[in-house]
Amino acid sequence: MTTEEFISLNQLSEYYEIEISFFSGLSEIGLIEIQTIEQVPHIHRDTISEIEKMIRMHRELNINAEGIDTVLNLLEQIDELQRELTIARNRLSLYED
Amino acid sequence: MEYIDYYKVLGITKSASEDDIKKAYRKLARKYHPDLNPNNSEAEKKFKEINEANEVLSNPDSRKKYDEYGKDWKHAEQFEQQKKQQKQDQQQGNYGQSSGGGFGGEDYSDFFESMFGGGSTKGRGAKVKYKGQDFNAELQLDIKDVYTTQKQTLTVNGKNIRITIPAGVKNGQVIKISGYGGEGMNGGPNGDLYIKFSILNNTRFKLDDESNLHSTIELDLYKALLGGEIMVDAFDSKVKLNVHPETQNGTKVKLKGKGFPIYKKEGSFGDLYITYSITLPKNLTEKEKELIGELAKLRTP
Repeated sequence: MTTEEFISLNQLSEYYEIEISFFSGLSEIGLIEIQTIEQVPHIHRDTISEIEKMIRMHRELNINAEGIDTVLNLLEQIDELQRELTIARNRLSLYED
Repeated sequence: MEYIDYYKVLGITKSASEDDIKKAYRKLARKYHPDLNPNNSEAEKKFKEINEANEVLSNPDSRKKYDEYGKDWKHAEQFEQQKKQQKQDQQQGNYGQSSGGGFGGEDYSDFFESMFGGGSTKGRGAKVKYKGQDFNAELQLDIKDVYTTQKQTLTVNGKNIRITIPAGVKNGQVIKISGYGGEGMNGGPNGDLYIKFSILNNTRFKLDDESNLHSTIELDLYKALLGGEIMVDAFDSKVKLNVHPETQNGTKVKLKGKGFPIYKKEGSFGDLYITYSITLPKNLTEKEKELIGELAKLRTP
């Protein structure tokens, strides 16, 4: 594990001008994983695009951490339903001439 | 270039208060935000429109200008002067890149740019890095094409992309090609390219989700009664099949490993299911009728 793979919450908070408590809130409900390296909280850089999405939802739509969690769960369900729909359509085509 | 009624876009009247504008914008933004409507280009377009309307109407100066010159913007001399001034400002780098529109390169309509210049009319704190727009494409292939792994070169937005299509890709399946979508904003990553496969199947074989093939073949009465060997078509070959005596109509036999390739499992195939449809002889001769009559008597208790 190297620090290059991680971004500190302070850096994120400064860059996006967003309070650190927002990230703590996301972490508390399991939306992001905060890792403490040398006593400084960090997030893994691979998760940045997902975190940016949450920042946009918070900033542009005034959605709090719990709301973001709900939205992401619903989007996941839509995605799953769309997958099932595609499978069902393919299966249906087996019975169509 | 058409006049855009920003009040109509936000569903408010001209007398709307700042608070009304804010409320209307937020309500529509929640409905059409691209993060909430992934892969929905209509929602994305709508989101850009409402952002643009909000950008103008939420700023008292630009709202005043819009109200005053909006419909007659083409003829307003003063307007033209302001435009020229704005252009000069832009050349001197006085305008920052907007973070309001967010998605895709063309964040503002021509109408907006003619009235207010290319940049945002208000700042918004830190520049948020936006991932570029995700592109969606549909690729139509024949089922015979996806029986084997193949490479294809696609042209998406002027870029040539060489992709490998693994054998056994399914109808409706979507593959993601990272980084081949729209360019990111403010140093954000590029979007991704999603390719949806549409597989045309004009063969006698039906393909199911487990990569099994299904086919119905005709079997003549005598072969069904007495059994024997027949040759049947598999997807890419012919297979010798032993028909059991007294085979019933609708009997299904499984030919293991003679189905379709399994996606991303090289060398693995589904099975081929063959259903027998027994055909009865037509135009019987007198002799045949007589003999079948004899047979019938043997079976009558």
